[in-house]
Amino acid sequence: MATGALSVKAQTKALNFYYVAFHALKGINMPLYEKKVTALIGPSGCGKSTYLRCFNRMHDLYAGNRYEGEIKLYPDDTNLLDAQVDPIEVRMRISMVFQKPNPFPKSIFENVAYGLRVRGERKASVLDEKVEIALRGAALWDEVKDRLKDLAFNLSGGQQQRLCIARALATDPEILLFDEPTSALDPIATASIEELIADLKSKLTILIVTHNMQQAARVSDYTAYMYLGELIEFDATDTIFIKPKNKATEDYITGRFG
Amino acid sequence: MDRNAVQEMRELIARHKRWDLIFACVGLLCLSVAALTFVALVVDMAIDGAPRLSWDFFTNFPSRHPAQAGILSAWVGTTLVMLVTAAAAIPVGVAGAVYLEEYAPNNWFTAIIEINITNLAGVPSIVYGLLALGLFVYTFGLGQSILSAGLTLGLLILPVVIVATREAIRSIPSVIREAAYALGATKWQSTWDHVLPYSLPGILTGVIIGMARAIGETAPIITIGALTFIAFLPPAPVTAQFPFLSLEWLMAPFTVMPIQMFNWTSRPEAAFHQNAAAAGLVLLLMTLSMNALAIYIRYRLRKRIKW
Repeated sequence: MATGALSVKAQTKALNFYYVAFHALKGINMPLYEKKVTALIGPSGCGKSTYLRCFNRMHDLYAGNRYEGEIKLYPDDTNLLDAQVDPIEVRMRISMVFQKPNPFPKSIFENVAYGLRVRGERKASVLDEKVEIALRGAALWDEVKDRLKDLAFNLSGGQQQRLCIARALATDPEILLFDEPTSALDPIATASIEELIADLKSKLTILIVTHNMQQAARVSDYTAYMYLGELIEFDATDTIFIKPKNKATEDYITGRFG
Repeated sequence: MDRNAVQEMRELIARHKRWDLIFACVGLLCLSVAALTFVALVVDMAIDGAPRLSWDFFTNFPSRHPAQAGILSAWVGTTLVMLVTAAAAIPVGVAGAVYLEEYAPNNWFTAIIEINITNLAGVPSIVYGLLALGLFVYTFGLGQSILSAGLTLGLLILPVVIVATREAIRSIPSVIREAAYALGATKWQSTWDHVLPYSLPGILTGVIIGMARAIGETAPIITIGALTFIAFLPPAPVTAQFPFLSLEWLMAPFTVMPIQMFNWTSRPEAAFHQNAAAAGLVLLLMTLSMNALAIYIRYRLRKRIKW
């Protein structure tokens, strides 16, 4: 595990979230450490995906959702949840990889380049270069370099998910959010994604939601256990899995519950 | 399970399979009736009219002598009116559908718009003709022209285009939109770069259905005042002098294929009836080729999409 100065990339303070009338997140306080992998674990319905989606304001897309509290992004001290802060600006700084691979029905190149096009990048040479860097970063370049114009749908499931990761990387995000990225993949593809995450953390901060406790133990530096919308315990992964402080956490980890 | 129970289960399955077979036969029968009716009509018309088809038939103007009568002004008129119809209905219909699906908030105002569109689909076409007469021909002063006819038919097929576009947009999985938004796209970027291109096959289907209906509409065109005997063509869109493009043809008097057919059918001479059958065949072929073109485009676009 890498050591060095631990700095906070984002601090969540007293976050409450409502799906219209339903109180989905209750008083979450949690740091997100820079260039580390933080995992959110917990049984179904505990609010981990809801919490993840607060980071890139995905809830704004649907009517009736309401945030209370703040998520402060450093170093510029921006509150991501502030109504004055444009969600599009937030999404340009924080990218997301979804549960089921969802490439656009376009070519591999166009998929990765889309984030750059949205930012107004037109020069072909710049696009070519950044697409290659992103595909290398997602460990996909060697497999697709000869067929960048091929349809993304022709790739296998694991390759499509790596394409989605490349697409998210192309725009140099500060935080990368993963929403159960391997739950739809076979074990070999899962292993390659986990290896990728381990490589990526040297470049950016990662927050990953996972159903799979073993994956959290393998991949993350910090783990947060959530239950029914509350943050039960947050600590270094080793501590959570070996000597959790909270009995509820211990019950979940050991499989006595959930 | 004992022997009796297994036997009973087998009889039950056999009974159900018989119903399966009956349903399949009934379905096939109904389909055949519809298909055979269509084939019978086409064959009947072809037998009557095909001998009349010739180069002269396509390039002659109508005439008092059936042997010299042709459909030149009619098919040119139909083609030009269809162009204006498409130009009117497609942008307005697609934009309206995009607004309703992507932008409109869920309130009473949106509900009123949706009710109005549904009602538009049920209005009889002669009423469209009256509306067009009052609005386009007189109030807007467009006269009894191709422009009026095109706008009227555009209104007529607007609900079809809107509904088909909405269905196509709805079939796009929300994860695709979320992926676009997650990359920092605005609603317009997501609509223009993703939603519209992926709904193109569905939009084309709606346009085909609409145009196929519009090409045969006679009542509204008569009401506007399409003439039944025209011995000249509208002015050409391309002119010899600057600015080389002319829109005079939009305001010209005209006729269309259904009206020409109707005119010939109402005459007593049998030779004119043969002309009408030949014109009907041509009209059918025009419709089928429009359909074929759109189906081909739809097929090419559909290949890229897999959901």
